[in-house]
Amino acid sequence: MPRTIIPFGPQHPVLPEPVHLDLQLEDERVVEARPSVGFVHRGLEKLVEKKDFIDFVYVAERICGICSFIHGQTYCQGIEALMSAPVPPRALYLRTIWGELSRLHSHLLWLGLMADAVGFESLFMHSWRVREKVLNIIETTTGGRVIFGACKVGGVRRDISDEALAKILNDLEIIERDIRDITAVFLGNRSIKARLCGVGVLSREAAYDLGCVGPTLRASGIAQDMRQLGYAAFKDLEVRPVTRTDGDSFARCAVRCEELFQSIDLIRQAASRMPAGEIAAKATGNPNGECVMRTEQPRGEVVYQLKANGTRNLQRLRIRTPTFANLPAVIKLLQGCELADVPVLVLTIDPCISCMER
Amino acid sequence: MSSFEMTRLVLKWVVSKPVTTHYPIAPRVLIPGSRGVIEFTKTTCVYCNVCAKRCPTGAIVVQRAQKRWTIDPLLCISCGCCVEVCPKKSLLLSPAHGAPSVIKDRARYGA
Repeated sequence: MPRTIIPFGPQHPVLPEPVHLDLQLEDERVVEARPSVGFVHRGLEKLVEKKDFIDFVYVAERICGICSFIHGQTYCQGIEALMSAPVPPRALYLRTIWGELSRLHSHLLWLGLMADAVGFESLFMHSWRVREKVLNIIETTTGGRVIFGACKVGGVRRDISDEALAKILNDLEIIERDIRDITAVFLGNRSIKARLCGVGVLSREAAYDLGCVGPTLRASGIAQDMRQLGYAAFKDLEVRPVTRTDGDSFARCAVRCEELFQSIDLIRQAASRMPAGEIAAKATGNPNGECVMRTEQPRGEVVYQLKANGTRNLQRLRIRTPTFANLPAVIKLLQGCELADVPVLVLTIDPCISCMER
Repeated sequence: MSSFEMTRLVLKWVVSKPVTTHYPIAPRVLIPGSRGVIEFTKTTCVYCNVCAKRCPTGAIVVQRAQKRWTIDPLLCISCGCCVEVCPKKSLLLSPAHGAPSVIKDRARYGA
């Protein structure tokens, strides 16, 4: 059968960011997908050689517009490990709360995009309406909506007072109720199920072999969550990875829906155990040595490798972002799928292209 | 069951007020603590240059001899570093986001 090549992206209504796929089709079925990336490469890893290591936190936060806080946090954790700098316990708890708020707004954004991709416009609006409430909490506590700017080497910049924390917990009650309303539709609606159930099945073995991370991996039945490593305040909190065994698009959606409730629970746990004290310790000296830092972003595991030589600039910074790890899975999922399912399948890994290209 | 959920959600919002506002007829409600634009108080500034040294993007230029403090609003990322280090508290991070700029020029303060 003759093959047709359809270019998908870099400008496509379903893609929030530019990635290009050459789809080779036999009739309406995709036989092969060849990705090409590099449209938003900014050379941020190289910039580390010029920027002061303290100032690079701002750059690290701007690697991604959605998981910005966790990028900054991972970078700070790496520098703190190299400098053996102590971090006050309260700062660790505040980082945990902001990290989970970041996960909440990222997953709600993804749910909205997914609703939009399957053609459910009103559900998209509702998801983003709830996300706006989370963004308001973030703006009140950190001063930024998506670029928090709250993390620094040695701790955090801002504190959350007890009254503000009580108000956040109150707001989370309302947000949880709203999320329960919209996730009931995501998980129960017939038209959404028709678009997602059984589409893009990734077996447990395939997910493991392809090196998937985050919700994509957990939806295939592998309980791997970097928060179990106990970074920040997670060592004191109860984190149980959310898993599904079906491995299809619906399972990936269900994992993210349940992780919303998990994040709210983790914020409550952190708030109830929040220690008093300082929010930042003075970090003196320059980093020296090499370290690897792994944290769990909304999209999955991010790996930071830092190499320093005792000067104000790092020698090398390498970042392995979750989308980079999940891209081979998309290529596999697209093989043999219907052309109409391509937008949904690309979205199910929650691609963050600017993160991936740095 | 779920169709009913969505119908309930839709009906609730048919009778509720919209969550969006008619901007700019209804002005945006400012959130206290939000990082907006930098406000400079000329009277208390001693032109010590600490803010310019700590600015991660190099947006601030201080000329002590001319008693001039300038900021490039397009370079400023509103991180609040300068506000934290200012010894005389001459800088303030206002929650307002400021008027849109139509010229690529440094906002000048001082002589």
